[in-house]
Amino acid sequence: MKKQILAALLSGLFVVGCTKSGDEIRVGEFGSLTGNEATFGISTNKGIRMAIDEVNEKGGIKGKKIKLITLDDQGKDTEAVQVVTRLITQEKVVAVLGEVASSRTKAAAPIAQEYKIPLITPSSTNPEVTKIGDHVFRVCFIDPFQGYVMAKFASENLKLKKVAILRDVKNDYSVGLADVFAADFKKMGGEITSDISYQAGDVDFKAQLTQIRSKNPDAIYVPGYYTEVGLIAKQARDLGIKAPLMGGDGWDSSKLSEIGKDAINGSYFSNHYTSESTDPVVQDFIKRFKDKYGETPDGLAAMGYDAAKVLITAMERAPDLNPKSIRDEIAKTKDFVGVTGKITLNENRDAVKSAVIVQVQGATNKYVTTINPTP
Amino acid sequence: MQDFLQHVINGLSLGSIYALIALGYTMVYGILQMINFAHSDVYMVGAFASYYAAKWLGIENQPGLMTLATLLVVSMLVCSLLGLTIERLAYRPLRKAPKLNILITAIGVSLFLEYTGQIVFGADPKVFPEVVNDMVLADFGRLQLKSSDITVLIVSLISMVALQFLIHRTKVGRAMRAVSQNAAVAAMLGVNTDRIIAFTFVVGSSLAGVGSVLVGMKYPKIEPLMGMMIGLKAFVAAVLGGIGNITGAVLGGLIMGLSEEMVVAYLSSTYRDALAFGLLILILLFRPAGLLGRYQMEKV
Amino acid sequence: MLKSLKAPVLSFLGFILIGVVLEFGFSAFIQITALFVLVNIILAMSLNLVNGTTGQFSLGHAGFMAVGAYVSAYSSQHWVPLPESLGFLNFIIYAVLAGLFAAFFGFLVGQPSLRLKGDYLAIVTLGFGEIIRVALLNMDFLGGARGIHAIPTLPEGWGLSRFMSQYLFGLFWTVTCFFVLWRIIHSSHGRALLSVREDEIAAEAMGVNTTSMKVRAFVIAAFFAGVAGAMSAHYVRYISPSSFGFLKSVDVVIMVVLGGMGSMTGAIFAAILVTLLPEVLRGLQDLTGVDLRMVIYSLALILVMILRPKGLFGEMELPDLWRRYVRRSS
Repeated sequence: MKKQILAALLSGLFVVGCTKSGDEIRVGEFGSLTGNEATFGISTNKGIRMAIDEVNEKGGIKGKKIKLITLDDQGKDTEAVQVVTRLITQEKVVAVLGEVASSRTKAAAPIAQEYKIPLITPSSTNPEVTKIGDHVFRVCFIDPFQGYVMAKFASENLKLKKVAILRDVKNDYSVGLADVFAADFKKMGGEITSDISYQAGDVDFKAQLTQIRSKNPDAIYVPGYYTEVGLIAKQARDLGIKAPLMGGDGWDSSKLSEIGKDAINGSYFSNHYTSESTDPVVQDFIKRFKDKYGETPDGLAAMGYDAAKVLITAMERAPDLNPKSIRDEIAKTKDFVGVTGKITLNENRDAVKSAVIVQVQGATNKYVTTINPTP
Repeated sequence: MQDFLQHVINGLSLGSIYALIALGYTMVYGILQMINFAHSDVYMVGAFASYYAAKWLGIENQPGLMTLATLLVVSMLVCSLLGLTIERLAYRPLRKAPKLNILITAIGVSLFLEYTGQIVFGADPKVFPEVVNDMVLADFGRLQLKSSDITVLIVSLISMVALQFLIHRTKVGRAMRAVSQNAAVAAMLGVNTDRIIAFTFVVGSSLAGVGSVLVGMKYPKIEPLMGMMIGLKAFVAAVLGGIGNITGAVLGGLIMGLSEEMVVAYLSSTYRDALAFGLLILILLFRPAGLLGRYQMEKV
Repeated sequence: MLKSLKAPVLSFLGFILIGVVLEFGFSAFIQITALFVLVNIILAMSLNLVNGTTGQFSLGHAGFMAVGAYVSAYSSQHWVPLPESLGFLNFIIYAVLAGLFAAFFGFLVGQPSLRLKGDYLAIVTLGFGEIIRVALLNMDFLGGARGIHAIPTLPEGWGLSRFMSQYLFGLFWTVTCFFVLWRIIHSSHGRALLSVREDEIAAEAMGVNTTSMKVRAFVIAAFFAGVAGAMSAHYVRYISPSSFGFLKSVDVVIMVVLGGMGSMTGAIFAAILVTLLPEVLRGLQDLTGVDLRMVIYSLALILVMILRPKGLFGEMELPDLWRRYVRRSS
């Protein structure tokens, strides 16, 4: 009996993998749909799915519908490698979208590179990611730019002198941003009063904040995710810290102000776009997203949507649907009008786009200024 | 100096939450000698139960004592039902099995609750309703005493005293102590051990329910994996104080909270979690039964 | 019993055959899954020596794996002891180094903590695993949260594809691990380990130095956990502290318990099952729409514990089971 079950399961492994090729374009997505970082993976997935559904409703590309194959990597590096190998060699996808976290994109991208399948990551900001090879692209900005943006804003617009850093040591995104910010801010003549850390998943930050308070900084840079930042803001105000918080695109979610309430008001973060924008592309996106899922999109959903859109338009332009032609067209992406701004891919396959600084005011993020990439 | 006092207050308020959750671990361990890994996930379910209850009753924006009481009752009810079910379905069939099996089952239940939670509640964080009015009760310049801190302290004190009373002053409590000392003899003397064990789970789980409301009030972000880290630390606190010992759990929780706070304040924020475990290892090496636990010599 | 080198060599050759079949008949996905199966087999077998045979409950196997992975990854990036043409041997050296480091850590942790019993030991090892993870997060020269990427992998050469040399590398260690552990368990040492599990006081009375026995088992297990970490680092080619969390340790414990405490073939069987099951269950997603894999996995775990508390194989090895099966059916 046991053997039969085993045999059935084993055959399942192979049967499941068999692909039904037909009149469809197979596109793969890998992301953390379960596990510690599930909420980020699910948001991204919603954005990607929406972009693909929209194209399919309009009749697909070159008469073929896109089939999105989403596989869960549980937020683990090894799973990411396994899953992307599966997408490419078993599901025979022509392109791969995915991973929020730079760590998992870094783990999986070499496989895409090896099999010459284009991979677009929506939000892996670590500079190393696209250096893996000429088949790896991203539609977000990289850590050095975003860190620079905030440093510049803090020292030039806000005229701050002393800033404390509170980084999420478990998260490569946060560590990357904090490092760049610290270096750039010091270069601009500022002072980092303290540079301390927490770990994603913590709920109590009072120890760190009390320590920060003793140095009286003008602002606190918290380049983490909204999941923790809301609580950090709340506890900072509880401790009587009046200094504003500053952060990066990881803050972009309606949950931020829901959790942080009044405490987060007046804080600044750098982002790709602002939902205040009157740009029809943005407004249209927000409206359709609400219709489809009944919630406001967060930054990751917008990035996922744009990554999928960049891929879709490249496929439309490409003469045929071979991975090679698709790759070449993605590389040519220029002035693509996405939700998260105008995207041009440079020779490093990184997106060049300007960043906006927004200020949290209740449920809306008020536009403050735009900072353009320096050549 | 003010900063030091602030650190002490922070540490105590964090510690009292660890202590509350540690109580649940310690009770089950005292009676069954098992680490109930699922305890922290029962606590998570409690938080979601009160979240949905508040939404359903429409009291999510009406902070006050009524809301606090309602949510506490709902959460305790749901948690104790869940604890009872887990005990009945997963642990009772394994009563005579080796310890390791029970532990693996507990881990299995924990994973089951976490992943089911991610599917049922969604993986994104939810915002816990406001339970008490947030106000400053006493103001000493930079030092402030908030109503939420006081509520946490009072409610956890009440639960701890109630628990102490239950165990040392009531008949059920005596039966519980009897089962924990020697289940076989207790059964011979007419104690229905199964029922006592089930009762222990009910009490332990409803403490998790109380904890979930208090934590939700203090840190208003709830998600399916919220129990993982806090559960691990609460458990460490229980071991630190001497597992199976009620006072020990409280002491362990407070020490845990304070030492975490002081590590961040005066040593290094990055090694916070490592030092918590390092402390545990040290204590276990020098006092294997924890601070207040009694080390039992194994007899042949 | 297996008394000479014949058996190891034969089984090695047999598994090479499987490798050849994988090489030519299956996609890279099946191949990489096979590599992970090897890693997990080593993890399960080595932990089985501590948890199964010696009866000590360790929850920190992922910590030793992390030590091994980082040592091997770091040394392979900075140190090439042998010339290019002997690249394969380089990786064996890295893995040995990884194992030795992990074994050293195993000694450091084991020496004081193995005096503790049961749950306490579990907690101390768990704590140790967490400490390793946090320490790695804070070591900048090892990349911190960013991890180490572009780790060298086994070279092609000698007419072998990359998969084949990765597979052979894994196979070499799996077979070595199996026979080393098998020999230990079936030697007088193994009896001593078993006696520690069955009755520590009686064992001590019979002149077994129980603490020293436990530490030895722990160190050997840590060595192979380190090797498994090294393998996984060279297969995935990217490591970060988050790969070696508490849940990874739990995974390995699950394999040991599922297979049957003390049964090596059981551990192997369970390792294969635990690695393949989540992949097989992926197909379900198309039917249900939501990812139920982990829910089913945890439910299966509970059910096995209740319905077959001794694990799938109990204490028996595969040959015993086979003999029993034949006897029953005749």
